[in-house]
Amino acid sequence: MPKNNKIIISDQALDLIALNEQIQTNQGESGASVIFVGNVRVSEEEQGLTGMTLEHYPGMTESLLQEILDQAMDRWGINQVVVAHRIGHLLPGEPIVFVGTCGLHRKESFEAAEFIMDYLKNRATFWKKEHYLVDGATKNLWVESKQSDLDSLERW
Amino acid sequence: MMQIKVVFFASFKEVLGVSEIQQALEEGACINDLCKCLSDRGEQWQDIFDTPSRTVKVACNQQMAEISTVLQNGDEVAFFPPVTGG
Repeated sequence: MPKNNKIIISDQALDLIALNEQIQTNQGESGASVIFVGNVRVSEEEQGLTGMTLEHYPGMTESLLQEILDQAMDRWGINQVVVAHRIGHLLPGEPIVFVGTCGLHRKESFEAAEFIMDYLKNRATFWKKEHYLVDGATKNLWVESKQSDLDSLERW
Repeated sequence: MMQIKVVFFASFKEVLGVSEIQQALEEGACINDLCKCLSDRGEQWQDIFDTPSRTVKVACNQQMAEISTVLQNGDEVAFFPPVTGG
């Protein structure tokens, strides 16, 4: 079965409909597609958040993502993966990342998507800076990495 | 002498006020030697490079590297904080 994977890093809003279509139309023999979308959170914790800026290390990011995708496709027999990640300025609620996987059964597709997200969060060279408006003043904060994200690699 | 391209990302780029420099180093130098040179450039540089903590990540030619990695002329070395994508 032919295997496809695609990595998109873009400073334009992610077109979730087009990305989904891409996953659904190239499924081949797979019986299960899984899609994960991560958005800029809008919650109590992020009160005053007006947006965020994402930067990355061009070249290194793509090759790290390619390694992660290759591993996931081999391990779970996945025949198609699409990963799209935003850079540039994002507003609250906007999608940051899209991961779509197509495998023979749902278990493989779910696990491959989780594996890709866990490794992407811990390895891929992206950095987030959050922008807040607090009492009329703008505050910019680089997001710090979380131990819980690092711990999530242990199960793989 | 070797010429090394050194690039910085995220908070490091912001604190140092520069995204890329060229650094001359003796043949056979490793990333630790590069850190010593960078540390001499000023207070902000010293904070990051004097005794680089675990939160200082380093890549050589776009592959994750160690402080002991030996450099070659023309290498690209990147310093950055832990990644926070996704």
